[in-house]
Amino acid sequence: MNSKVKVTERYPRINLLRFVSYHLNNAFPIAADSFFVRIHIQAKKNHIFEARGLSKVYKMGEVEVVALKDVDFDLFPGEMMVLLGASGSGKSTLLNILGGLDTPTSGSVMYEQTMLSEANESELTQYRRKHVGFVFQFYNLIPSLTARENVALVTEISDNPMTPEEALGLVGLSDRMDHFPAQLSGGEQQRVAIARAVAKKPHVLLCDEPTGALDVETGKIVLKALDRVNREVGTAIAIITHNAAIAAMGDRVVQMSSGRIVENTINTERMSLDKIVW
Amino acid sequence: MFSIAAVTATAIMTVLTMRGTYESLYSARESYYQTSRFPDVWASLERAPESVKRQLQQIEGVSAVDTRITFASTLDLENRTSPAIGRFYSASPPDEMLGALHLRSGRWVKDSDRDKVIVSEKFALANQFANGDTLRAIINGRLRHLEIIATAISPEHSYAVPQGSLFPDDEQYGVLWMSPKAMGAAYNMEGAFNEVALTISSRVDIRFVQSEIDRILKPYGGLGSYTRKTQMSNLFLESELNSNKQTGTIIPGIFLAVVAFLLNIVLRRLISTQRQEIAVLKAFGYTNMDVGLFYLKFALSAVMAGALVGMVSGVWLGGLMIDVYRDYFDFPDLTYHLSPSLLVFAVTVSAIAAVVGALGGVRGAIRLPPAEAMRPQSPARFTKGLLEHFSFFKRLPSAARMVVRNIERRPLKTIFSALGVAFSVAILVIGLFLFDGMDYMMDLQFNVAQREDLTVAFNRPLPERIRYDLGRIEGVNRIEFNRMVPVRITKGALKREMAITGRKVGDELNRIVHSDGTIIPLPLHGLVVSQILADQLHIKRGDLVQVEILEGERRNESVPIVGIVDDFLGMNAYMHIESLNDLVRGPRLVTGANLSVMGDNQDEVAKTLSTIPMVASVSSPRRGFELFEKQMSEGLMVGMFFLIGFSSIISVAVIYNGARISLSERGRELASLRVLGFSKKEVSVLLFSEQAVITLCSIPIGWYIGKVLAGRPFPRWPLKAIDSPM
Repeated sequence: MNSKVKVTERYPRINLLRFVSYHLNNAFPIAADSFFVRIHIQAKKNHIFEARGLSKVYKMGEVEVVALKDVDFDLFPGEMMVLLGASGSGKSTLLNILGGLDTPTSGSVMYEQTMLSEANESELTQYRRKHVGFVFQFYNLIPSLTARENVALVTEISDNPMTPEEALGLVGLSDRMDHFPAQLSGGEQQRVAIARAVAKKPHVLLCDEPTGALDVETGKIVLKALDRVNREVGTAIAIITHNAAIAAMGDRVVQMSSGRIVENTINTERMSLDKIVW
Repeated sequence: MFSIAAVTATAIMTVLTMRGTYESLYSARESYYQTSRFPDVWASLERAPESVKRQLQQIEGVSAVDTRITFASTLDLENRTSPAIGRFYSASPPDEMLGALHLRSGRWVKDSDRDKVIVSEKFALANQFANGDTLRAIINGRLRHLEIIATAISPEHSYAVPQGSLFPDDEQYGVLWMSPKAMGAAYNMEGAFNEVALTISSRVDIRFVQSEIDRILKPYGGLGSYTRKTQMSNLFLESELNSNKQTGTIIPGIFLAVVAFLLNIVLRRLISTQRQEIAVLKAFGYTNMDVGLFYLKFALSAVMAGALVGMVSGVWLGGLMIDVYRDYFDFPDLTYHLSPSLLVFAVTVSAIAAVVGALGGVRGAIRLPPAEAMRPQSPARFTKGLLEHFSFFKRLPSAARMVVRNIERRPLKTIFSALGVAFSVAILVIGLFLFDGMDYMMDLQFNVAQREDLTVAFNRPLPERIRYDLGRIEGVNRIEFNRMVPVRITKGALKREMAITGRKVGDELNRIVHSDGTIIPLPLHGLVVSQILADQLHIKRGDLVQVEILEGERRNESVPIVGIVDDFLGMNAYMHIESLNDLVRGPRLVTGANLSVMGDNQDEVAKTLSTIPMVASVSSPRRGFELFEKQMSEGLMVGMFFLIGFSSIISVAVIYNGARISLSERGRELASLRVLGFSKKEVSVLLFSEQAVITLCSIPIGWYIGKVLAGRPFPRWPLKAIDSPM
């Protein structure tokens, strides 16, 4: 069952409620739906990200490319959100701004209590170092470091991290810890990247096409690793993809097109990855 | 590519400057020697009648003979506090003279000219003499007023160095020519000569001619003939030419090796970033040859651009160098002259360096199959390196491990980068070592070995009674006499003409000093010789050598070698003066003295000394030291400028390229680190750590290479000890 409820307002959620609603939903689908929606409406605030009127314009030579147009966007604690859109729809730009890798041309981005859109470069560096994890399409591992060392690279500069062993265990790579990237398959490399991103216990994980370079089966293993991190650690996750099939695994699906958010849908139920095909 | 061009430019500049000046000096010298009929052999003797000239002319292979009278005299110059030394020669008629004078002004001396002289141009310039001026000379004990009628340069005195000195001293040393008649009258040498110069035909064995000359001159106090190899002026010129030739070969060699290395890494990198373009070209049907040639041309154009800059600056610098040489060597037509063959050579070697350097990268581009080239390069392979077996590695943070593994992964690149930097360190070490070494040597020579204030040479061997004449001069503190006796030392088939210096035990002013600074006490019996002589004659301590005295009874005796001293200057043999007197037989005589002077009376004492008829010359070692310091401080600045320039160009090129390549190879990796929250500073540290580690490792290697290269024996000037021992 995969019922969708169109949402016109922004809905804050807390992890426990989502957890309860998820199980209620399994037991009493219709009742749970209505309960879930009500809870959303009642519980305001408590954002991870709150972006308002976000625009981004790139100058490419003499041509101006508008990547984002007046976007309002929210991400809530513990949420698994899928950001869907064709290439050029502005989803990567949005993710880069949320991750402190880029700054908006206009508009504001609030991370918890911090105004990201006004932060300077060293504040953004500190923000990336402490609060946010990234997973990219091409893994971006350091080739000269083993899996364990790639994770340690981050834990060494974090305040209260997991051990590299814990993080790699979470993605099922306990037995490949001393391998170099060149000795790992694509899926394994991506899972190392996930372990590296979650090891610092970030509040949010931003994933840009994490399965883009992988075959279906490997892709699923990687997504399962993300799903597990979300459920067990409670990290909020935003996954960018152009693969609509993946949308079913999220709590919420945001659809982008031509630099705007065109649809914001709540999945009443997160589909098990075993059932998803593409 | 800029750094590659810069390194090439330096290489080519050095080739054109050093080899260019070498060729210019060489050809100027050759043409000067040829037009002036520069002699092949010289011989000094006590006195022989002119009739002996015929005998010499009859030696097989001798083509011309020029007999001369020559003496050293004190010149009493106005405005000079200390006396100058003049080396007087009789001027044979211009068409007979070997090593002919080249008049710069004035006229030739006539037979009837009694008190007229031609003076060496540099001496005239340094003392602002003009033709018509008069100078005072003490000739054979009598004061004479000599009128300057001409200035000239002589190929035998291109590099005019006073006896026992190392540097030209144009203010206080001049060469003067008088008519043979005037010279004969002044020195009681009418119808006789005491020096002869000869040219020989190239077909004859010079050693045969020398032995004939020695045989003929033996009864006339012959001191042994010598060739161009040991003729002072030619010797200095030769060593300068050789050093230019060497510098013009070694330095560009190092630089071109660096060029090849840099091209190799830059091109490999370029090709790996342009994989896709190569693939597209190949897919469109460009052949491997086309692609390979493209990159080869790319390399060649960078190198040729550098070579062009190097040529222009080399020609400019070569011109400047020749200007400097003009101050040292008297050549009539010394100009910087660039031979086409040198240009071709420069272009060829840079092209070879470009091709050798580019080959590795170009081969990679040729081998790349189009389909594979379209795919992005797979992640670099890393394995655990040697250092990881050590426990310290486990304690390193991940960032440091990245540095170590990156260095270990490409051992050849690391080694060559380190070698590049090491060579630039070595260039500095060699240069600084030479400066330091010279300083040390001079300090030892003038502060430990030659501590006298004044060195006096007598115009003939005198009894030690002269002590009373010298001791009477006010200000003289201490007098130590010595005796120099011309000898021929023979060991087996090897022989060498030189002088034995006789001294007393306990002499304090002039001592025998080993290169490490230890003072060697003079033994009562036997000979102490310089290491350089020991090497030439294959002598070791305890050997017996034949010593033939080249004066008086010309006795020949065997003498034991009791010590070998590694001294810096010249080729010396020392003996206790009493033993030397015994060896020579005859009366106990002295030929010179070392004096210490109280307070700052040195100039006055020197002036008084020069008026004593028996005194041939008075000189001050300190003046030699000052000349040296002056010369060094001028040369030092220029030398340092070039050394620092050369070594910076290499290190900057190697390190800059290394960092650029790392940045380009690892751009993605470094960007990932920024995403992970590493600050710009942390990422820069990571990028530069690799270069820093390589540089730090290469510095001690550079020290070592520098030490090995500089560790050759000090450049010694094998001063011919008997340069007319009058």
